[in-house]
Amino acid sequence: MEAVYEKYFRDNIPHIWCAGCGNGIVMGAFARAMEKLGWDQDDTVVLSGIGCSSRITGYLDFSTMHTAHGRALAVATGVKMAEPRLKVVVFMGDGDAAAIGGNHFIHACRRNLDITAVVINNYIYGMTGGQFSPLTPFGKKATTAPYGSIDRSFDMVELAKGAGASYVARGDVFHVKQLVDLLAEAGEHKGFSLVEVISACPVSYGRNNKMAEPIDLLMQIKKDTVNIKAAQNMSEEDLAGKIVVGRHYQADLPEYSEVYADMVAGLQKGGEGR
Amino acid sequence: MSKVKLIQGNVACALGALAAGADFYAGYPITPSTEIAEFMASRLPKIGGHFIQMEDEIASMGAIIGASAVGHKAFTATSGPGFSLMQELLGYAVITELPLVVVDVMRAGPSTGLPTLPSQSDVQQARWGTHGDHAIIAISPASVTETYFETIRAFNLAEKYRTPVVLLIDEKIGHLRERFDVPDDFVPKIINRKTVVDKKAQYVPYENTADLVPPFVPLGQGVHWHITGLTHDEKGFYSSNPQVVDKSIRRLSAKIEDNKKDICKLETVFTEDADILLVAYGSVSRTAQEALNQLRAEGIKVGLVRLITLWPFADEEIAKLLAGKKAVMVPEMNLGQIFKEVDRVARGVKVFAQSRVDGDLITPAEIVAKVKEVL
Repeated sequence: MEAVYEKYFRDNIPHIWCAGCGNGIVMGAFARAMEKLGWDQDDTVVLSGIGCSSRITGYLDFSTMHTAHGRALAVATGVKMAEPRLKVVVFMGDGDAAAIGGNHFIHACRRNLDITAVVINNYIYGMTGGQFSPLTPFGKKATTAPYGSIDRSFDMVELAKGAGASYVARGDVFHVKQLVDLLAEAGEHKGFSLVEVISACPVSYGRNNKMAEPIDLLMQIKKDTVNIKAAQNMSEEDLAGKIVVGRHYQADLPEYSEVYADMVAGLQKGGEGR
Repeated sequence: MSKVKLIQGNVACALGALAAGADFYAGYPITPSTEIAEFMASRLPKIGGHFIQMEDEIASMGAIIGASAVGHKAFTATSGPGFSLMQELLGYAVITELPLVVVDVMRAGPSTGLPTLPSQSDVQQARWGTHGDHAIIAISPASVTETYFETIRAFNLAEKYRTPVVLLIDEKIGHLRERFDVPDDFVPKIINRKTVVDKKAQYVPYENTADLVPPFVPLGQGVHWHITGLTHDEKGFYSSNPQVVDKSIRRLSAKIEDNKKDICKLETVFTEDADILLVAYGSVSRTAQEALNQLRAEGIKVGLVRLITLWPFADEEIAKLLAGKKAVMVPEMNLGQIFKEVDRVARGVKVFAQSRVDGDLITPAEIVAKVKEVL
């Protein structure tokens, strides 16, 4: 791990995250996934939105861009369209990707540009102190849902599939080895890929929901998650309340920048494009 | 000899952008700017550039910011409502110092307002629409040909000062078809953002250089630098150190405000012997010129200051032109957005606003009548 630290992190650790936060686990898993993929850091741009998880770009030793709240995918779309040779990875939080960035998220799925999106879902707006997000489960408490959230939550996996993403996976911060594999697989996939990562925020989510100790949330994640292979043999009843982790969907669909390049090539030959 | 060409202001803007080296356009359809997007959708793929229609104006700004960050000359075009949505990321481009051009073909607001009719009511939105202290460059052309040249200048200023530039075209100029006076063999002077020779040698992305504009290396070219909308130190990383923040926020404004001589552009017509001055811009400046001609024919000494750069406001230059005049009149298609600026620098000279906000142009006869009333 020492070598991975040396290679992928800037020399500005310690990070700002609280004890027990899942963001560091995801960042570590991403570095290991990079090591697996062997991508050239010079040709990789890592972007993020705004929130605790989005501070990840400050620590990673790549060309990095900490954008505005919800807008990371819109900016990443410009990066990838303008320079298709670059590898593009985007980190977002749950409020960031599913609320303020929801529109950009579904359209990024639909276009299928080769971008790897990682949504770190800790069920809460952490940086602002614990308000409910569109991914906060129904009934869970938050500072703006003191009597339990009455909002239905999005299922990011179903949302991404429905919107047209060509690779959709869900991992979590307890099963780290699997997370590394999923991140690497998503990176390798050509087209828009989503990895939702079920994460832990003991300070803002846990404290509001009787899981204030870091270990409480991790054990809860361990208890709630079911591997997708095991889930195939389980009844709907058994799966109620469970979080299915693993690769949910993968399809070979035309990648947007390649379709565009084909059109350009056709036009430059004097044709009518596609 | 070139053939006489009749083209629309919006198309002249698109041609100017291409001449300036723009190779990336992201936008969302909105009247009365859509012809710019349509032109770029047709032309950019043919020359290997990039066109993308985004899901909204916020995303359009995001995409051109991304393209600029990896070294491309990028722009978008919109109108008032879309320009409002762009304000959030316009501020991001200001603080991250990413060059780009936003074209706002102005229609009357607030809100959906008068989508197909001319207005100049986004002038202060361009200045102060995004939150936080900042300076901005905004340019407002008055003819189809000038739209072409000023679009090129907008890109050049964006690159030179590492900043977003707003091109404020009123609907009348955007949709006007008139003679396009650009020779076929015209080669514009192009400015590209300053870079560093040795990209790996300790690049300081927000260095406090003497000219106030730090050099730029595109992301994805080997230098692992960090861009953030947080206040940042010279290396680009978040800082809340009061001295660092103070220095960087002041530099952002100073790099524009201290270079007014280079950025500000205006034209004067008969200002020296004039008793009364008209200050106008965009299509209204053409009406003002016609009113001036009529008044001069009657022996009334009227002059015209035609503003081309609106922001930064050329305080001192305008104050000098106004000094000693009997009165100054500012006709514009809003409730006095530039009038208030002129009044601020007038130093005792009486300034009158002439506003029209009903979607119709101000006529020469109206200006003539108002001048006679003021005299």
